[in-house]
Amino acid sequence: MKNTALIIATALLAAACASKEPITSPQVEDKSKPLADNRSGGSTADVKPVPPPDRIGGDPLKDPNSPLAKRSVYFDFDSNAVKDEYRNLITAHSRYMTADKRDARIRIEGNCDERGSREYNLALGQRRAEAVKKVMTVLGVQDGRIETTSYGEEKPMAMGHDESSWAQNRRADIKYPGE
Amino acid sequence: MKRFLLLLGVFLFACAARAQLTFDITTSGGRQIPIAVMPMAGESRQPQAVSEVVAADLSRSGLFKLVNAGGITPLPSEPSEVNFGDWTARAAEALVIGKIEPQADGRVEVRFRLFDVQKSAQLASFAYVVAPGQLRATGHRIADVIYERLTGDKGVFSTKITYVVKRGRRYELQVADADGFNAQSVLASNEPIISPAWSPDGSRLAYVSFDQKKPVVVVQNLAQGTTRVIANFRGNNSAPAWSPDGRTLAVALTKDGLTQVYRMSANGGEPQRLTESTGIDTQPAFSPDGQWIAFTSDRGGTPQIYRMPAAGGPAQRITFEGTYNVGPRYSPDGKSIAYVQRDGGRYRIALLELATSQVTVLTEGSLDDSPSFAPNGKIILYEAQVGGRGQLAAVSSDGRVRQRLTSAAGDVQDPAWGPLPTN
Repeated sequence: MKNTALIIATALLAAACASKEPITSPQVEDKSKPLADNRSGGSTADVKPVPPPDRIGGDPLKDPNSPLAKRSVYFDFDSNAVKDEYRNLITAHSRYMTADKRDARIRIEGNCDERGSREYNLALGQRRAEAVKKVMTVLGVQDGRIETTSYGEEKPMAMGHDESSWAQNRRADIKYPGE
Repeated sequence: MKRFLLLLGVFLFACAARAQLTFDITTSGGRQIPIAVMPMAGESRQPQAVSEVVAADLSRSGLFKLVNAGGITPLPSEPSEVNFGDWTARAAEALVIGKIEPQADGRVEVRFRLFDVQKSAQLASFAYVVAPGQLRATGHRIADVIYERLTGDKGVFSTKITYVVKRGRRYELQVADADGFNAQSVLASNEPIISPAWSPDGSRLAYVSFDQKKPVVVVQNLAQGTTRVIANFRGNNSAPAWSPDGRTLAVALTKDGLTQVYRMSANGGEPQRLTESTGIDTQPAFSPDGQWIAFTSDRGGTPQIYRMPAAGGPAQRITFEGTYNVGPRYSPDGKSIAYVQRDGGRYRIALLELATSQVTVLTEGSLDDSPSFAPNGKIILYEAQVGGRGQLAAVSSDGRVRQRLTSAAGDVQDPAWGPLPTN
């Protein structure tokens, strides 16, 4: 419960930060609403102060209870639209990049399911990675700190040949140095 | 324990080296030339029966039907022993005889003759003096001569193919004879290897390596085993395609944002951007005359095939049927393009005739990819998914003959057919 509260609080705080510059990137997600709309009208003052993640102890990137432990954004078939449900995840990483790890350079790796041509999938995976990057740059992370690459269909997380596996393989992963 | 693992490793490696592709014809249609291939005199004392290689090559092409010599004794190996009536009675149109004679220096002389049965005439006669270790290769050369004399097209039995074998997390780039024999690993990695492409002279392979945790274009010299990273720019570096003169590569790079097509020296250096779209431009392929580059682009909303002048410039769309047409490969005569098309969730190899815009779907798989023409343009090698595994398959460019290449273990993917030997 405490963890959930922490996650929500962090997300709200991050959203508050983000609200200075509403996300309007149409190439990323046509249907997306600006993140600020997701807030319940509260201002930053309503949000309980949250200690920075690294003061809780340990590396927040490795803390399974930290929102930063989640690194994967999943996509629909043939799509590079970042779905609303991943806004908080991306926001948490953007905030970590801008507030805590100001010198970290990350890689975003796009992935595809096995359907289609390898090289075209490589390009589609890169476009997924670009879509996540675009959200992060809008949230204040400098362009030069993010390299987008792709594994295409070459590194499936799930090895099956059905939709349940494919859904896990249509993905962009946020990778920090050394990962 | 450590030692056991080492032994296990050696054992696995030995198995891997032995594992080879086996060709099977799955469908053949159209007329087949009935041909009788006699055992060569003296070949039973050699490490390799040359006539078996010749017969297997011709049979595998789907254009020949082997005629049984049952009842004929002795089997002819000299012209004087040939009774054309025997072969007319068996409906053979062509006959191959030969003999192998050891030479004083340890090499052997392989002599073969090809006859037209109906005309009772000799069509070809060649002799090769080779080391006994070269007898398979000699069989392929003989099959090439026979194929060309009887079909009018160049034989491709002496060519090489390359492909990627994936076993678990291990990737190997292998080079093998066109019949799947003599497979050799030229590169092994724990990261993916994709998109191998032969230089026009067959001396080098360009491919995409993920050893640096991202796709990077590498050129490997096969004789020397040396590798050189050609393109390692920010983001993705992929889809290498050789220009016909072997001097430059077209590649797909993301250094300026989304995937675009660039051209650069095959030795590396600064890439020159050829496409300027806001979408994905990738999978470049040079036309055999070097004038054009065909490529995949989704600039119009769905991925389609376009072509542009090889130095860059305005592109014209050349595929119009369906919503997914990708991965173009020019036929060696430049008149058609093989590519991957999606139709109702199935991905198949199609052939577009450029002059008429006529499209023929050649394959029947569910996830076919990576078409590659044989250098005579008659066969297209490609990757198919069979039982959840990647396997190689081949189809004649008229769609009549289908072959499957099966491998004992692992996925086999991303094939590329090498050029004709230069000798």
